[in-house]
Amino acid sequence: MATAQSAGAETVRQTAAPPKRGMTDRARAERKLAWLLCAPAVIAMLIVTGYPIGYAVYLSLQRYDLRFPDDKEFVGLSNYADVLSSWSTWWQDVINTLIITVVSVSIELVLGMAIALVMHRAIFGRGPVRAAILIPYGIITVVAAFAWKYAFDPTSGFIAGLPLISDTAQPLNTHNGSMLVIILAEVWKTTPFMALLLLAGLALVPDELHEAAKVDGATTTQRFFRITIPLMKPAILVALLFRTLDAFRIFDNIYIIQPGGALNTESVSILGYNVLINRVNIGLGSAISILIFVCVILIAVFFVKALGTSTAQQRGET
Amino acid sequence: MHGRHLLVTVALIASATLVACGGLGAEEGGSGRNAINWYVFNEPGGSYDKAVADCNKEAGGKYQINYVKLPTDANQQRELIVRRLAAEDKDIDLIGMDVIWTAELAEAGWILPWEGEDKTVATEGKLEGPLKTVEYKGKVYGIPFTSNTQLLWYRKDKVDTPADDFTWDEMIDDAVEKNTHVEVQARQYEGMTVWVNALIAGAGGQIVNQAGDVKVDDTAKTAAEIVSKLGKSKAAPPGMSTNAEDQARQGFESGRSYYEVNYPFVYPSAEAIGKDFQKNMGWARYPRSVKGEESRPPLGGINIGVSKYSETPDLAFEAAKCIANEQHQGDAAELGGLPPTTESVYETDQVKKAYPFADVLRESIEAAAPRPVTPAYSDISLAVQKTYSPPDGIDPNGIVKKLKDRIEKAAEGKIF
Repeated sequence: MATAQSAGAETVRQTAAPPKRGMTDRARAERKLAWLLCAPAVIAMLIVTGYPIGYAVYLSLQRYDLRFPDDKEFVGLSNYADVLSSWSTWWQDVINTLIITVVSVSIELVLGMAIALVMHRAIFGRGPVRAAILIPYGIITVVAAFAWKYAFDPTSGFIAGLPLISDTAQPLNTHNGSMLVIILAEVWKTTPFMALLLLAGLALVPDELHEAAKVDGATTTQRFFRITIPLMKPAILVALLFRTLDAFRIFDNIYIIQPGGALNTESVSILGYNVLINRVNIGLGSAISILIFVCVILIAVFFVKALGTSTAQQRGET
Repeated sequence: MHGRHLLVTVALIASATLVACGGLGAEEGGSGRNAINWYVFNEPGGSYDKAVADCNKEAGGKYQINYVKLPTDANQQRELIVRRLAAEDKDIDLIGMDVIWTAELAEAGWILPWEGEDKTVATEGKLEGPLKTVEYKGKVYGIPFTSNTQLLWYRKDKVDTPADDFTWDEMIDDAVEKNTHVEVQARQYEGMTVWVNALIAGAGGQIVNQAGDVKVDDTAKTAAEIVSKLGKSKAAPPGMSTNAEDQARQGFESGRSYYEVNYPFVYPSAEAIGKDFQKNMGWARYPRSVKGEESRPPLGGINIGVSKYSETPDLAFEAAKCIANEQHQGDAAELGGLPPTTESVYETDQVKKAYPFADVLRESIEAAAPRPVTPAYSDISLAVQKTYSPPDGIDPNGIVKKLKDRIEKAAEGKIF
C-alpha cells in the first residue's frame, strides 16, 4: 500500500511539471481516487486483522476464565507479568522454539540453495524435476507429521526398527531425539518452499557477470560467493524472513509428533493452545498470543531492516 | 438497483449459513422439538447404539435421541464440549461426561442439577465411587452410567500369584529379576495423572481435598519414587514415556512384559491373540504404593449430564434415565467392556459371563480413589503430568515443592 502511494506520488510529481506549492487540482483528485481505491482493502484489513488483535489485547488485560465467568475482572498487565516471569514455562518454550527455528531454517537455507542450483541448471526435464522437488511442500503438514511420527514410532516405526537404533535409545522417547525428529519433519516439509524463493533469486543473477568473471579466471567457488550470493541477498533475506516467521509459530508438527509438547518439546504456540483451548483461560492465553505476536514483529523488523540496508547498498553500488 | 442486489445476495448467503449451522449434530434420526442430542465418545462395541435404539423405541415418539459421536481422545472430547457450552450451544442436550468433568461443568453453570424424582433414580443403588463423581457442592449433576478401573494383569505361567499386599516395589523388583517389563501409562497425558493420583492415594495422601485446597505432602514423593524407580529400572518397557493404554496392551500381548496395569478392555482383546494366551492371563487388585496401606485403584467412567442450554430439559432427563438404566449398563459391560455403576448389575449373568473377574472389579471400584473434584481439574492434571514426566528424568526429592507450586498456580489461573 505504501509503495503504491509513493509510486502514485512520484507520477504526480512528474506530470505536474513545476510543483510550486501543494498540488494541482488533478493531482489532488488523483490522490483522492487513490485513497478511495485503497479504502475497501484498508477497511477489510481493519475488520479481519485490526479488530481481532485489538480484542486480544483487551482480553489479555483481564482475568477471564470461561469456567469462572463470575471472576472476570480487569487486572492490567498482571497476565503479562505472570507469563514473563515464568522461567520454567514461557522462557523454556521460547528457547525450544528458537532452537527449532534456527536449526531448521539454517538447514533449509543450505539444502534449499543446493536444490535451487539444481533446478536452475537442470537441462533435462526441468518441469518434472521442479515438480518432484515441490511435492513435500504440497503435502498437508499434519499428514507429513504423521508420516514422520509413524516412521519413528518406537514399537512399529520402520526407522525405529533399524539395527542402528537400540530399543533403549528410541528418538521419540528422549527430548533431544524428539526435537531432532520435529526439526527433520519441518525441514523435509518446507525446504522446497525455500528452494523456490531462492530459485527466483538465482534467475536475477545475469549470466554476463559469470562469464566476465570466468574470463578473469575466477573459480566456481569464487563466483558463487562473490557474485551469486551478493546479488541474491535480497531474495535470501526474503526467504529467511518468511521461513523464520513460519518456523517460530510451529504448532502442527509438535502437536502430532509429541502430543501436548511432551518431553519438553513445547513451543510457544503449543503453550498458547494449552492455555487458551485446554485451560480455557482466555485472559492468560490472550497475553501469550500477544507476546508471540510481538516476537513475530521483532523478527520481521530485524529482517526488514537487514533487507532495507542490503537493497540500499545495492542501489548505491549500481 | 445494485444496492438491492447486494442486499439480496447477502441475505441469501446468511440464510444458507444459518441453515447449515442448524443442521449440525442432528444429521440422523429426529429433529425439531423432540430431538435429544447426546454428545458422547464413540463406543465401538455398539452398546450405545443399542441403548439409543431401545430408548427411542420405548419412547414411542415422545423423544428421539441422536447419538453424536465425539473424538476418541479424552482431551479432545472435553475441549469440544467446553467450547460449545461456553458459546451456549443449544444443540447439546445430553453430555456423556468423563467422571472428571463434573466440577468444572457444574461450577461454570453449564449443566443442570438433578432434583426430586430424577435425583432418586440417578443415585439409587449406585456404587459409592461412581456416585461421588456426580456430586459437587452437595448437589447431584449427572447419572452414573458406566464406571471403570484398572487391575493388575499378569502372566500366570511366568510369575507367582501376587499376594494381597503386593506392592509396586515388589513388582518392579520381580520384573527386573525375571528380565521382563511392567506395562503402565506414562505418556505426558491424562493417563499419567491417573497413575500418579492412584499412587498418592495408595500412600494415604491426596492432591486436592473436597474443599479444593491443595493437600500435596510427602505421599507425592512416595509416588515419584515409584514412577522414577520403574522409569530408571530395566523393567521400564521400551517407549515407556510415550506409552498410553493401547501401547501397554500391545506390550503385554507381545510377550515382552509379564505385568501390566490397565483397564479391563485388555481381557477381551487378549482373546484375539489366542485362547491359550487369555487362559494364562491372571488378574489382581491394583498394587499397593506402601506395604501397610490398601491400594486405591484409579476410577474412570461416564456420567450423563443435562446441558443448561437444552431447549427440552425435561425430555433430556427422561432420555438420560433410559440410557443409563440397568439393562443398558449390562449391554455396555458385555459389548463395550465398560463396568456397570449399579451394584445389582454385577449379579446378572450377562456381566458375570463378560467378566470372570467381576468380583475384584467391583471391589476395586468401591475402593477406588477419585481424581480431584475441582473446577480447575484440567489445569491441575496438566500440572501433575508435567511434574512427573518423563519417568526416568524426575527427582523425587524436589517433587513435593514443585508439584505444590504448580498446582497452586494452576488453581489461581496462572501459568505454570
